Amino acid sequence: MGKYIVKRVGMGLLSIFVVATLTFFLMNMVPGGPFVAEKSISKAAQEALASKYGLDKPIMERYFTYITDFLKGDMGYSLRQRGRTVSDIIFSKFPVSAGLAGIAVAVALCVGIPLGCLSAYHRGKFGDRFIIVLATCGIAIPSFISSVVLLYTFGSKLNLLPTIGLNSFKAYIMPVTALAIYPSAYITRLMRSSLLDVMGQDYIRTAKAKGLAGFRVMFKHALRNAILPVVTYVGPMLAGLMTGSFIVEKIFTIPGLGREFVSSITNRDYTMIMGTTIILATLIIVANVVVDILYKVIDPRINLK
Amino acid sequence: MLKEKLLDIRDEYLSFFTPAGEIKALNGVSFSMDEGEVLGIVGESGSGKSVTAYSIMGLTAYPGRLVGGSIRFNGHDVEKMSEKELRKMRGNEVSIIFQDPMTSLNPVYTIGNQIEEVILLHTDKTRDEAKKRARELLELVGINEPDRRLKQYPHELSGGMRQRVMISIALACEPKLLIADEPTTALDVTIQAQILELMKELRSKLDMSIIMITHDLGVVASMCEKIAVMYAGHIVEYGTADEIFYEPGHEYTKGLIKSIPKLNSSEPERLVPIEGQPVDLLNPPKGCPFAPRCGSCMKICLREMPEKTELSETHYCYCWLHGKAEFEKGGGEE
Amino acid sequence: MNNRLPGLHLKAEDFIPATAEEKESLVIMRDSVNFWRDGLRRLKKNRVAMVSLFFILLIMIFAYVLPSFWPYTYDQQIRTSENLSPFTYGEAELARIEAGEKVFPHICGTDKLGRDFAVRLMMGARISLTVGLVCAAIVLVIGALFGAIAGFAGGWVDNIMMRFTDIIYTIPDILLIIIMAMSLKPALEQLVTHKGFLWLQKLGPNMIAIFLVFALIYWVGMARITRSQVLILKESEYVTAARALGAGSARIIRKHLLTNCIGTLTVTTTLQIPSAIFTESYLSFLGIGVQVPMPSLGSLATDAVKGMNTYPYLLLFPAILISVIILVFNLFGDGLRDAFDPKLKD
Repeated sequence: MGKYIVKRVGMGLLSIFVVATLTFFLMNMVPGGPFVAEKSISKAAQEALASKYGLDKPIMERYFTYITDFLKGDMGYSLRQRGRTVSDIIFSKFPVSAGLAGIAVAVALCVGIPLGCLSAYHRGKFGDRFIIVLATCGIAIPSFISSVVLLYTFGSKLNLLPTIGLNSFKAYIMPVTALAIYPSAYITRLMRSSLLDVMGQDYIRTAKAKGLAGFRVMFKHALRNAILPVVTYVGPMLAGLMTGSFIVEKIFTIPGLGREFVSSITNRDYTMIMGTTIILATLIIVANVVVDILYKVIDPRINLK
Repeated sequence: MLKEKLLDIRDEYLSFFTPAGEIKALNGVSFSMDEGEVLGIVGESGSGKSVTAYSIMGLTAYPGRLVGGSIRFNGHDVEKMSEKELRKMRGNEVSIIFQDPMTSLNPVYTIGNQIEEVILLHTDKTRDEAKKRARELLELVGINEPDRRLKQYPHELSGGMRQRVMISIALACEPKLLIADEPTTALDVTIQAQILELMKELRSKLDMSIIMITHDLGVVASMCEKIAVMYAGHIVEYGTADEIFYEPGHEYTKGLIKSIPKLNSSEPERLVPIEGQPVDLLNPPKGCPFAPRCGSCMKICLREMPEKTELSETHYCYCWLHGKAEFEKGGGEE
Repeated sequence: MNNRLPGLHLKAEDFIPATAEEKESLVIMRDSVNFWRDGLRRLKKNRVAMVSLFFILLIMIFAYVLPSFWPYTYDQQIRTSENLSPFTYGEAELARIEAGEKVFPHICGTDKLGRDFAVRLMMGARISLTVGLVCAAIVLVIGALFGAIAGFAGGWVDNIMMRFTDIIYTIPDILLIIIMAMSLKPALEQLVTHKGFLWLQKLGPNMIAIFLVFALIYWVGMARITRSQVLILKESEYVTAARALGAGSARIIRKHLLTNCIGTLTVTTTLQIPSAIFTESYLSFLGIGVQVPMPSLGSLATDAVKGMNTYPYLLLFPAILISVIILVFNLFGDGLRDAFDPKLKD
């Protein structure tokens, strides 16, 4: 187990390194630089800025400088929000995005798992059909569409909920809903099909032959086996929520990391791009390792080597 | 008045209603069992052996349904029992050992948990008592180091060991009837022999009735007093083990016996397989279901289902050849 | 011993042995089971899947055929006809109607530049569908080949190839897409000015970047599925038999393994289409989708967001269309899975 975690963490670090390297060279392929877009600055001043931030050096040298600095824990200064370090910006924006994504994960699990169970339990009946139709529609709606539709109806037309920021409990409702629709629907479908699959297993027949009641068979014997695919989905779900959060943050004007990331790319804010990419990649990789360990806890057959 | 039989199945018809049509799995199955009796049900896959057994426990899988007939167990009509009554009976009065021990135990719970579960469900025992009982049971089925095994998960045990665990679960509440659904088919030959030995031993130790389902005549020969031969949802022949082996009345039974390899035979002999394919239960033929594969098939066999011929008090079969003998005898007298 | 008299209806000829033909005639042969025929039969019976297929065809016609017959083009700007509601006309058009000319109605209205919105929707659907189909094809080719080779080779080759997919799998895809789309843009802009690549210009560099990204990272799932299928099949006896008969590796992959994986591959590919459309719409929304004036459903929705309080229908049409496209592809994919891949069935 310990050896496995070490191996997974090593693998994760390698992935992060690959991502960082790829990002570094890709973004430097883009012509133009962080200061070109600023018309107010003269050419000479641009060059002065470039040399101040070391942008005039050859790319390989900059790459090695960045990596060594990063390993020392220094992610550098933002090139556009001058005077602020990248870690400063990330630490101020990260909690906002993480909070939003965390609540959305919780909502998706709390909605998806029970609905999936309910659907499987009433297989073929009206309730099952209704839930399936709902879930199938749910996975067909991109989050930007649901965000915009929510914003239009509850924000602009009915004026029930605030449309900007995350300053109150009420302000969370729309962004969280928009983010959670897809994963909830996906988990519902996953849970249902996995549960139906497990219900056909021999050990479920054994449990029934013991004389256990239907709900005990379902909740003791089937659920624990059937939840495994859902656990596996949590990693990709987090990645998906991040994608969703770029957009939701943009639509609801939330000052989160996703928005920061997108604008840093359009602004060619090299250090910010690197910083946010590495942080987000790390987050996803950590989530995947946690999922693997959770898997081991639920299923004793899994041998983490 | 006669003492009521432990199990009495009369004219059971059971069908699976699939999208492709009605699959007639059982077509008038009747037999009964006394307490302490051991019955073997023999037949090839799809002949309705397991379906019969599951229907006794009210465990018929969706989309199967009892279409006609009755199943009386221990004085109750199984098909009229409520779900609650059925649950009280399952695992308690009737229990079952399934074919594949590799998949029949829940992989995410310990052996102890799975044995204790059935004890706690059907008795008033406390958790500690249940644990003690589980330990006894493991010893009974010949598992060494029971204390360690109780804490292990199914995947840590071998196939034979798992089947022993399945047996201990089945025996936990001292059932009146134990159904063993091909308990040795999925195991290695040497392990098969061990499990059969264990079942024989348990049979003499615990006084219970056993239904032994198998496609292996060798297995029933060594264990069962009575044997029912099933084909396409019919019991085509029923009798004591001796009668079935030494005076088989049905062509199918004869075929089955011929297909057993004999090790002690001095003359070189060929195994005789039964030709042809099993019946399509979606469109069963109207005559004798075995007719298309039967070597002595007659015109009447294709047209009409043979009637019951009683060969002795305990032995009967359904075959037109006996009708033919009768007819010729009758014709001679005329 | 006998207590039953033979039935009176019996005659001596009933007991004549039956001929082989008579026995044959009794066995009703069911239609021989064929993988494709069996699957198609199941698919045809699945009403939801058939309705979805009908909608897919309808959307295909809408996207690929209808624009050629439409009196407007997607980049044609009609003066005085800006921001029209559905079925209304601009000043110039009203004048032409006065003059007795026939003017084709703007069924879905026009946008702020006076472009007919119906035809833009069609072109948007065309782009989205193309992205979906091309990406699915790319994923299929790369993923299936990679997975089949890894699974078939086994040993250290398999090990290295799978570790490689593990790394790609942990790379946050959307980050890579955004960065790639942004960084490849200038290089691709250069490329499309070259002779021979002009046809790419219409799609724009972003679209090509999306294709590239799919080719680089999205095939991982497909490769894993194919590999596991291959591993199962590799152990099966007919492959051993083929090998014993001296068939080469390439032949075994082509003839035995891929044909047997085809059910799973079809299903996974079909389900890849909506996922690609989904991704494209996100990118368009972030402003890195197709090249203007070419519309995609995502960019149409994005453009409409700013004016949604005044012209909500401009948002509604692409939003509904995109959801319907994803929905029908998902439903059809589910139907295919139920019909052709019982292993994946729920």
